Amino acid sequence: MRHKLLDLAEQSDLREEPLNFAIGDTVDVHTRILEGDKERIQVFSGVVIARRGHGMSEMFTVRRIVAGEGVERTFPVNTPKIAKVEVKRHGRVRRAKLYYLRERSGKATRLRERKAKPWEVDPNAKK
Amino acid sequence: MPVGLLGQKIGMTQVYAEDGTVVPVTVVEAGPCVVTRVRTQDRDGYDAVQLGFGDRPRRRVSRADRGQIADIGSRRQRARQAAGVQVLPRAGCEPRRFMREFRCDGPDHGCEVGQVLTVESLADWSFVDVIGTSIGRGHAGVMKRHNFSGQRASHGVKRVHRHPGSIGQSADPARVLKGTRMAGRYGGSRVTVRNLEIVRVDAEHNMLLVRGAVPGAAGGLLILRYSAKNRKAGGR
Repeated sequence: MRHKLLDLAEQSDLREEPLNFAIGDTVDVHTRILEGDKERIQVFSGVVIARRGHGMSEMFTVRRIVAGEGVERTFPVNTPKIAKVEVKRHGRVRRAKLYYLRERSGKATRLRERKAKPWEVDPNAKK
Repeated sequence: MPVGLLGQKIGMTQVYAEDGTVVPVTVVEAGPCVVTRVRTQDRDGYDAVQLGFGDRPRRRVSRADRGQIADIGSRRQRARQAAGVQVLPRAGCEPRRFMREFRCDGPDHGCEVGQVLTVESLADWSFVDVIGTSIGRGHAGVMKRHNFSGQRASHGVKRVHRHPGSIGQSADPARVLKGTRMAGRYGGSRVTVRNLEIVRVDAEHNMLLVRGAVPGAAGGLLILRYSAKNRKAGGR
């Protein structure tokens, strides 16, 4: 059993609002980066291919194709460096880890789109 | 100046620093500790403070031990008092699970018997030394115990892949030199880790976060003391 002090130590650093996306979604990850002493938002967009771990150490992996080369970035879910994750498109997938996309290129990497589930719709978003 | 503190290892996790970098931390339940005895130069020949941490059930403690930390009105004590022998003050607390002494430079440590030290007393330290009992590994081979390289996986090595190899010369000296590193009992011994950075002090929950790992398994008992050899902190 986990000790309550362990949870307590993590509590203040856990993300308050859960990141709302699913495996196979195409997302824009807005990360804060420090340039000199100025903070700037950088966007990394791609397909979420994996989400692993739990609690404080949970991570998710986003894959995109840059200049014909596959690039994957893995982010901690709870890092304060992620400003927000914007879902651009929901993909219909049948597994939790989309590592098979690594062996594919071009048209074969497309995922069929699916409709957003009711709980995935942002009530504040304008139509 | 607080002398130190006793505590218990809870486990490891990670937190985020202000700039968003991940800090690996060990969660320690530190204190509260009762001052159970103050040693003085005059009486004991050295200055020290004895702390006690955690509860031990009364049924597990002999009356003699309990008399060390609480006034139990024993016949012997009454007889000594009647004879005019000065009786040392007792902390008057329940039996403690873990008791250790911290040596002090002089009698000006500001601790009195019965006083309770909490993790707050470490709040203005930036580094601690942590002493614990390392995880016992039983009878371990030289690769695990002394980081030997072992032998090759192939190229004619037969069933000796994890062996130490040669342990000495031949007819001269015709013996194995003392101190030659071999397999044997490993772990379960006292280990000190110096200069661990204090990441967070949570007085409400007696919680202390230190950067990095500390010796022993979760639940192991720890001694926390001031990092006297830290160059960054400038020593005591």
